[in-house]
Amino acid sequence: MRVQGRGLVDRNSPVTFRFDGIAYEGFAGDTLASALLANDVRLMGRSFKYHRPRGVLTAGSEEPNALVTVGAGVGQEPNMRATVQEIYPGLEAQSQNRWPSLGFDLLSVNDLAAPFLGAGFYYKTFMWPRAFWEKLYEPVIRRAAGLGALSGKPDGDRYERAWAFCDLLVIGAGPAGLMAALTAARAGLDVILADEDARMGGRLLAESHEVDGMPGPDWVDSVLNELQAMDNVRLMSRTTVTGAYDQGTYGALERVGHHLPRAEKRPLETFWRIVARRSILAAGALERPVAFTNNDRPGIMTAGAVRTYLNRYGVSPGKAVTVFGNNDDAHRTARDLIAAGVHVSAVIDARADAAVDVKAPIYKGAVVSGSSGRKQLESITVRSGGREEKIATDCLAMSGGWNPTVHLTCHMNGRPTWREDIQSFVPTPGAIPGMEVAGACNGTMTTAACLREGAEVAARVAADLGKKAKAADLPKAEDDPYRLTALWHVPGKGRAWLDFQNDVTVKDVKQAATENFRSVEHMKRYTTQGMATDQGKNSNVAALAILADATGRGIPETGTTTFRPPYAPVAIAAMGSGATGKGFAPERKTTSHAATVERKAPLIEAGLWYRPSYFPQAGETNWRQSCDREVGYVRNAVGICDVSTLGKIDIQGPDAARLLDFVYTNTFSTLKLGRVRYGLMLREDGHVMDDGTTARLGEHHYVMTTTTAAAGQVMKHLDFVTQALHPEWDVHLISVTEQWAQFAVAGPKSRELLNGLLDTSLSDDDWPFMACGEVSVAGVTGRLFRISFSGEHAYELAVPARFGDSLFRLLVARAEAMGGGAYGMEALNVLRVEKGFITHSEIHGRTTAYDIGMERMISAKKDCIGKTMAARPGLVDPERERLVGLRPAGAAKQITAGAHLFNPGDAPVRVNDQGYVTSVAFSPTLGMNIALGFLKRGPERYGETVKLVDHARGVETLCEVVNPVFFDPEGGRVRG
Amino acid sequence: MRITCPICGERDSREFSYRGADVALHRPDPEAGEAAWDDYVHLRDNPAGETRDMWYHEGGCGAWIVVTRNTVTHEVIGSELAAEVAR
Amino acid sequence: MRFSGLRILKEGLTGNKGWTPHWRDPEPKSEYDILIIGGGGHGLATAYYLAKEHGLSNIAVLEKGYIGGGNVGRNTTIVRANYNMPGNSEFYSHSLKLWEGLEEDLNYNVMHSQRGIINLFHSDGQRDYAVRRANSMINQGDDAIVLDRAGVKKMLPYLDYDNARFPVYGGLYHPRGGTARHDAVAWGFARGADSRGVDLLQNCEVTGIDIEGGKVIGVQTSRGPIKAKKVGIVVAGRSGQVAARAGMRLPIESHILQAFVTEGLKPCIDHVVTFGMGHFYISQSDKGGLVFGGDLDFYASYAARGNLPMAEHVMEAGMALMPMIGKARVLRSWGGIMDMSPDGSPIIDRTHIEGLYLNCGWCYGGFKAVPGSGNVFAHLMATDRYHDNATKFRLDRFRDGYGLMDEEGTGSQHNLH
Repeated sequence: MRVQGRGLVDRNSPVTFRFDGIAYEGFAGDTLASALLANDVRLMGRSFKYHRPRGVLTAGSEEPNALVTVGAGVGQEPNMRATVQEIYPGLEAQSQNRWPSLGFDLLSVNDLAAPFLGAGFYYKTFMWPRAFWEKLYEPVIRRAAGLGALSGKPDGDRYERAWAFCDLLVIGAGPAGLMAALTAARAGLDVILADEDARMGGRLLAESHEVDGMPGPDWVDSVLNELQAMDNVRLMSRTTVTGAYDQGTYGALERVGHHLPRAEKRPLETFWRIVARRSILAAGALERPVAFTNNDRPGIMTAGAVRTYLNRYGVSPGKAVTVFGNNDDAHRTARDLIAAGVHVSAVIDARADAAVDVKAPIYKGAVVSGSSGRKQLESITVRSGGREEKIATDCLAMSGGWNPTVHLTCHMNGRPTWREDIQSFVPTPGAIPGMEVAGACNGTMTTAACLREGAEVAARVAADLGKKAKAADLPKAEDDPYRLTALWHVPGKGRAWLDFQNDVTVKDVKQAATENFRSVEHMKRYTTQGMATDQGKNSNVAALAILADATGRGIPETGTTTFRPPYAPVAIAAMGSGATGKGFAPERKTTSHAATVERKAPLIEAGLWYRPSYFPQAGETNWRQSCDREVGYVRNAVGICDVSTLGKIDIQGPDAARLLDFVYTNTFSTLKLGRVRYGLMLREDGHVMDDGTTARLGEHHYVMTTTTAAAGQVMKHLDFVTQALHPEWDVHLISVTEQWAQFAVAGPKSRELLNGLLDTSLSDDDWPFMACGEVSVAGVTGRLFRISFSGEHAYELAVPARFGDSLFRLLVARAEAMGGGAYGMEALNVLRVEKGFITHSEIHGRTTAYDIGMERMISAKKDCIGKTMAARPGLVDPERERLVGLRPAGAAKQITAGAHLFNPGDAPVRVNDQGYVTSVAFSPTLGMNIALGFLKRGPERYGETVKLVDHARGVETLCEVVNPVFFDPEGGRVRG
Repeated sequence: MRITCPICGERDSREFSYRGADVALHRPDPEAGEAAWDDYVHLRDNPAGETRDMWYHEGGCGAWIVVTRNTVTHEVIGSELAAEVAR
Repeated sequence: MRFSGLRILKEGLTGNKGWTPHWRDPEPKSEYDILIIGGGGHGLATAYYLAKEHGLSNIAVLEKGYIGGGNVGRNTTIVRANYNMPGNSEFYSHSLKLWEGLEEDLNYNVMHSQRGIINLFHSDGQRDYAVRRANSMINQGDDAIVLDRAGVKKMLPYLDYDNARFPVYGGLYHPRGGTARHDAVAWGFARGADSRGVDLLQNCEVTGIDIEGGKVIGVQTSRGPIKAKKVGIVVAGRSGQVAARAGMRLPIESHILQAFVTEGLKPCIDHVVTFGMGHFYISQSDKGGLVFGGDLDFYASYAARGNLPMAEHVMEAGMALMPMIGKARVLRSWGGIMDMSPDGSPIIDRTHIEGLYLNCGWCYGGFKAVPGSGNVFAHLMATDRYHDNATKFRLDRFRDGYGLMDEEGTGSQHNLH
């Protein structure tokens, strides 16, 4: 119910929203939870396992019970905390994990079967009959499990990622964080203050006490006003720091749009990477419940949450509230309620010697031992000195003490330290390099002490960073001692809940201990304690205490499980923002891209590049027709292909030739000026890394080409060799892949085409096979290489990239006029297979020079990368699978890449495996299917017949083993 | 994780690629024998603690860097240009 | 105690008071026939099979922390036999067959769920390799189906088929692949080993390996010296340190692999799906969380925790492949220490020290190997002969170059596999 005269919500701004289809009214500033409580809606969720009715337990992101789905359809968001979700006009929220309705949930039948569904029951059953697991048990379990549902549709909402850098990141804007930020900012540090809440202030917004003689929220406003006016301060509300990472990097999630109706350009969330020289954790503390029988009924919540609802939202979660605790802090709840005119039925303090200054029935040395009311609390049972008494009440505010929010300090494997006086874990100093801790998260429990510690820690950080902070003018605030006596569990019959969402009870923890799951990690995993969406924030310490008790150890010896990032859950869409569709990886386009697209060539991905598959022409109905035609261009006339995607590395310096000799297996120091040589490159482990050509353009000037796939790897490798192995060499490298547009001009008419285009004419004498040099193309200085990947008389012509588009169009137009034209990757592949040229289909990282028949290319006269390891006996064993050509034996039949090879009489099973097929093509030149593959002792077996088996495609056929060079084995054509 | 490139300054680790222990700097003589080469290419001290390893500022200046670092805490202790270490 | 539905019924009706420890916590004896260093999945399985198949029971498993606390308890739970290379192919096939009878064998529900794995491919070249791998699997006697794009769409309608940067060309479908409940595997083997007389010694760190005349005679531990005739090292990411206690240097570099789980969701992903272009793999646990992971963080580390760049990259891959998971929220991330070998495949072998055996190099594929690895390592330790399905995992293969199993083709750089 709404309480007059209390709260920070804007009573002049009513907001209408819907929950489970029913319209309610709240005020601006309300969360879904506070607004529902104001409307006396208590039942907000169902638990995971037993589908017990549940209401809110907390008023923050740690909420385990009140999880709802916001929105419906494509943008629906499951598992939103009603305690965090702010209401806005038109907000639609649904309860979840119930059927058919929240009020009547058929799966609550599980609760009746609870004796059979205790800790780890599923490890002990569902084993028979074997096939039933996938067919019956698992589907039933899966359907019953889970919380909310995704829509199943692509996420259309906008998310962003961003970077921020600062001197100091202050995490949490309660009293300690505000004082820390203020002190540091005044000292001149560049400060980011991040707070999870929509409104900064922390507990000061939820408590009734004054700071510096004014209401807490007013003091907060005064500090925020000062901070806001400073250039060196960034205030980030609705921002949860989710993880602490190395070297002062923090992850943080800003909820930008969840509190507003969707708007197209506004992101829903932004995931921040904040790099901070120092940080101060001022994340406060979380109150812990007490485990007693049926402590999970809607209406039972933490005492601090009741104060939050009352003082911040002007809502009393009950009409007759009972307060139960083991510490003085809980009494505030009763005092605030009474001051606000809410009836307090009783104050129950577990401590016999407690001093309780509240005008309500007081029970000292008493505990709550039970409760009643199915969908809403109706009464509790007080046990006092062996007597039990029922008290009618619709809200129980309970407090088992406060747990400092140590989580971020544990993200780098730090373990918190147990403090006996407050019965809590506190951060271990130095757990995160560069992070200091202040306030309640450090076990500092009064407002005055938090303010002081915030100021002191910030002054220390400022001094560390070379700035001097003025002695802080500390505001006056409450400094009441926080006294408590441990109370984890009220013994009694029935189930006392620890992990509310996962339905873990005290009995479950005890049973785990009985079954020897005594390690805290074992207990957690066996019972699922702490594995729910709150990651044990509400329950871990109590469960630990119960395990400690059950195993006869102290709490610190029992140890803790590990808190890991994120502190609060982060949407995959936020951390992966920008990656949907084409955003996943950069798109690299050649200079001929536009002309290629104009010609309607289907594009294929080649690494990050796009390359044309083939260039269709009118009348062609499938790719093979286009491909065969394009192969014909090259074999019979002239074809044009953009080869700019090949890596190009410019190498200059007196030691350039030495470098080439060292990274290639063959010798380059003998390469004459104006000549090109094919080279083979090994990894240091003796396997082939890459191949390509290198041209000598000047005395100390070479340009290396790599395959498209290995361009980056080769560049890295050359940098490694020249920097890490031979820094004494005078040689310099730079990648020029994107600076040059390069086109293959291939076919018997290639020279004719170029002669009409270049300023000088080409002849066999001046431009023999493997010649290179500068040429002038319509006045533009370019480079010409007489090299061939098709076995034809061919050239590659390179011009600065800005001329690529026009040169491509020009070359294609000329080729077309000569009976040729552009060709794509399909034809390029056919042409190279016909010639037995390898690509990364063959040099796939597991093959050696020996395997591909190039062992003689490893020069005996010099050392090179990979030479020694390539000589390992296993790498030159004759039994290895080595490169061969394959063609159908007998009538033309299908040959498929990926098929395996067998001796004809052998069964196609692993032990008989003789090799495999890597590349296939239909050769229009030869009129048959041809293939490259690897076969045991391959080169010794030319002329033999092998059986090709492709189980996956249902192909089995006989092939003849042949030399991999199918076409023009003498190489006459390339010399033209 | 942030790594200091001696040329570019402190950068996020996503600008770098990695090659493993700085044993990579000590390429054996071709005739050093099987054991020496096995050591170089395969075997690793793999310390849990301080190590020196090879990083490449691939998304930056292209420098190979020897980083001194702790494999347990991820503390980065120092970094040098490989070219200077190798000299 | 035998577990069954009936037992649960009986206990439930009598107040669940009759449950007994899943395993004992014995004091270390001064001497055992065999010591297994490492109480993870592989170590526990080794002890189990030594006891079950080789009739040995004077065995102890020495675990530094709590059993099952290493990678067996922090992985993405995928179980498969879809390898291409000889050596791996028969081994993982053997392991999968053991999985298929594991619940009955252990009397423990490890929730082995053969929901099928689909490895997507995104180019003609990748299709060819997928076919080759499928054929290797079928040659080995396992199951593989190569799906075209329409076939994938029918099974996984939620992938991005409209605007993907790397369009789906098809998938390699392995119906017998799936998942299992990781912790239960460790516990099931632990319980099985314990019930056959194996001593599981937790909080027992090995601080030294005693060698005399080239022969192992025992170990020093944080709980005192223990003598033994044979010692097996099965410590995954910690292999380097433990082997160093025997004066050995291994071909292993330890790296971090992160994994992630989301909040519970109603069923939305029914298979295991892998996305090679983005190093991403995902399945949905029976509890409803999406369990997924990606590539190594890429730098040598023992921190068992990672950093943001790879975490973000994994999320990016997820969004690129299946944008419907955007609103699933990551609940927890964690890291394991991966023992990366130079060819990405494991080592299961004797060492040059008599009586000292080594099982390591699982990289980030060790979980599915747990039963197989334990089975063949037990065979090796008991008989001093390689198991027929594990003849190629030699420690010397890197030195001599015979039988390298570089499935990825990335070469000897440890972190690239």
